[in-house]
Amino acid sequence: MGYTADMKELIKRVEATRPERVAMARRGENYPALSLEEREQVLNQYHPDYQKEGRRPLRVGPNKGEVFPDEVARMLESASMLKADKVDLCRVDFDTDVLIIGGGGAGTAAALMASQAGAKVIISTKLRHGDANTMMAEGGIQGATQECDSPFYHYLDTIGGGHFTNQPDLVAALSHDAPLSIAWLEELGMMFNKSPDGRLDARHFGGSSRKRMHSAGDMTGAEIMRVLRDETRNRRDQISILEFCPAVELLLDEAGKCAGAVLYNMETREFFIGRAKAVIIATGGFGRLHIKGFATTNHYGATMDGVILAYRAGVGHNFLYSTQYHPTGVAYPEQNVGLLITEKVRGLGAHVLNIDGEQFCFPLEPRDVESAELIKEATEKKKGIITPTGRLGLWLDSPMIDLLHGEGTVRRELPAKFIQFDRHGIDISKEPMLVYPTLHYQNGGIAINAKSETAIPGLFASGEVVGGIHGENRLMGNSLQDIITFGRRSGVAAAEYVSNGVQLGPLTLKHVTRFEQELRDAGVDHPMVAPILLPEYATDEVSSRRLMDSKMENE
Amino acid sequence: MANAHTCEAPTANLQQVATGDRAILPAGAKTIPIYVMGKKYEVPETLTIMKAMEYAGFTFLRGCGCRGGICGACPTVYRKEGDYKLHFGLACQTVVEPNMYLAQLPFYPANRAVYDIEKIEPTPEAIHALYPELFRCVACNSCSKACPMGVEVLDYISALKQGDIAKAAKLSFDCIQCGLCASRCMGELPQYHIAQLARRMYGKFIMPRAEHMQKRAAEIDSGKYDALLDQLSGMSKDELEKLYKEREREPDMAAQGTWMPQDKQYL
Repeated sequence: MGYTADMKELIKRVEATRPERVAMARRGENYPALSLEEREQVLNQYHPDYQKEGRRPLRVGPNKGEVFPDEVARMLESASMLKADKVDLCRVDFDTDVLIIGGGGAGTAAALMASQAGAKVIISTKLRHGDANTMMAEGGIQGATQECDSPFYHYLDTIGGGHFTNQPDLVAALSHDAPLSIAWLEELGMMFNKSPDGRLDARHFGGSSRKRMHSAGDMTGAEIMRVLRDETRNRRDQISILEFCPAVELLLDEAGKCAGAVLYNMETREFFIGRAKAVIIATGGFGRLHIKGFATTNHYGATMDGVILAYRAGVGHNFLYSTQYHPTGVAYPEQNVGLLITEKVRGLGAHVLNIDGEQFCFPLEPRDVESAELIKEATEKKKGIITPTGRLGLWLDSPMIDLLHGEGTVRRELPAKFIQFDRHGIDISKEPMLVYPTLHYQNGGIAINAKSETAIPGLFASGEVVGGIHGENRLMGNSLQDIITFGRRSGVAAAEYVSNGVQLGPLTLKHVTRFEQELRDAGVDHPMVAPILLPEYATDEVSSRRLMDSKMENE
Repeated sequence: MANAHTCEAPTANLQQVATGDRAILPAGAKTIPIYVMGKKYEVPETLTIMKAMEYAGFTFLRGCGCRGGICGACPTVYRKEGDYKLHFGLACQTVVEPNMYLAQLPFYPANRAVYDIEKIEPTPEAIHALYPELFRCVACNSCSKACPMGVEVLDYISALKQGDIAKAAKLSFDCIQCGLCASRCMGELPQYHIAQLARRMYGKFIMPRAEHMQKRAAEIDSGKYDALLDQLSGMSKDELEKLYKEREREPDMAAQGTWMPQDKQYL
């Protein structure tokens, strides 16, 4: 298929300006980068994180008064799917030592560690076991394994990347455990990229002082997830998996300890009472909330469920106002929308251009600044390109790369991207790519300590659902490390907590009743019902014909 | 009496912009017919099967995962009108074509053998013992034809029959475990489970181990870095910033394991 005839017409404008831009690049001249003041200005005006509009203070709960994006605030001010006082909590359907909510990388690592320590484990997950952002991580996993490196430098790189906002004990835990996590994965049989003598391949990344990025092809996360999932399947006697069965509310006991969760079979629409001596929340991020309408790199189930459940039970969060947008996500073809185009494309000299084929920014600003400039050009200046499916995009002039570095450079340096576009009839060494910022990562989340403990006894959390490890900005390769380090820590800590002896009192959902009363007291009328579990992608046309839905809403 | 309800003309089509993953049909764009499990829907051309079905009003519970071609949740089979051939693809990666008849295959049962990775012998015989059905393969190649990732399934199965675990591990590396191979197999093999076992054996027992990492792990376990990390955790922003700016950067072109920094006190 490739580009449409209309788009090909527009590409002619890019081609018209290209010779002069290439000549400019050859002379070493760049479109001027912004000063620090200008950066701040464009961030303040156009970066979704900095905009005042579309954000508001929370009216209830532990983070009351702090400002969050509307989409996040609505979720945190939401009502339960359950009528809490009508649920029969005496009828326990599942009873276990450790209940893990979420079957991605963190939850599965936790299950393996907890079962290793002798605990009986249930993993309750919304989609299939392994359907998670872990599966999608391509780049790699950080760990200071080399002689010239140490946890000291991993710590420094990480906290510097996070603008020194990160929670220190969590960064220390991450950099301490990273080589141990990788050794554990190797022990489980993961196929890392290695040289013939067994040395792990290591690469630099944005913000690194040492080559610390280890990988397995360009599907590191998928390889981690496959291996962890396979291992849980060997431990059937200790680990049970409930798929398509998300938790929709935490259960406490009357002393305030976490005591399990209400589980929901999405296929039969039945609710079950799952009692557990310890609970680990590992539900991942919020990309599928499409904050401010952005496309996302996240998987289908990334709807912030765990943060909401914890919030109703009184557990607050850190840095949840902070979202990582990657400046160059695919805007066309439609089947690749939202997927990442690596920074390397701009590193190799490709310009970012508007509909007229003109440059409007320095291509290698920091990620948040670059994203803001693209948004400004498309929305404020109206110089974006609109795709056949109605998306905004700007050109990334990849054909410049071969002109600057010689024929064949694109194919050699960007093999995966070349194939990804070639499959849809676009030769990125000859035609530019259409890009737009994409929602990539939930920087913040549930507040924990270095043992993955939350403020509630018996409640632990790990993975993208927690906040503090990365502060306001995460480095590449630290997310896969984070899910293994804290996944393992949460599993160990939960099993230890259980083995120290836990006496559960009668189960209660009073925290939900109390939270809903707080909503009413704060004047939150018609709160939405959450967790939403799945995003809604029906068109307006289809929604307007769903007459029964609107009838139920009116009731 | 006739119905007094009057119908207003639809308002002019404003310039719509798609948000999130919701696709729209801009004015003038073409739609094409597709048949979902035999039932006809008109959907915009250029959409993937997944987004076209959502456009038509389907909400996925099963059959949808990463939406990026790597998780294996959305295997789909289809035929085109007037064409005997059966086609395979991932719904999130395959673009709709006019008059395609499709069905999703979100799950396909396949036997998986339980084993203990710590105790298993990394030999072909161990794999053969767990999966004797390996030898029911008739080399028809239906598995490879069905693979949406272009994995040469038959080749890795043949390699395992011949006892080459390393070859099978490498050949199967791109497998996303969607199960389409197993759905087409005459010999009723669970190819992707057998491949997973081969890859783990290869990664754990056959590939050389990373000695530099084992050494580092031992240092960490001995508590070598505990004091340093405590010290860092207690530092002010200014102190951290100073150290951050002073970091030496490992040269891009230095061969791994050869370069050492001037300042070795924090290693």
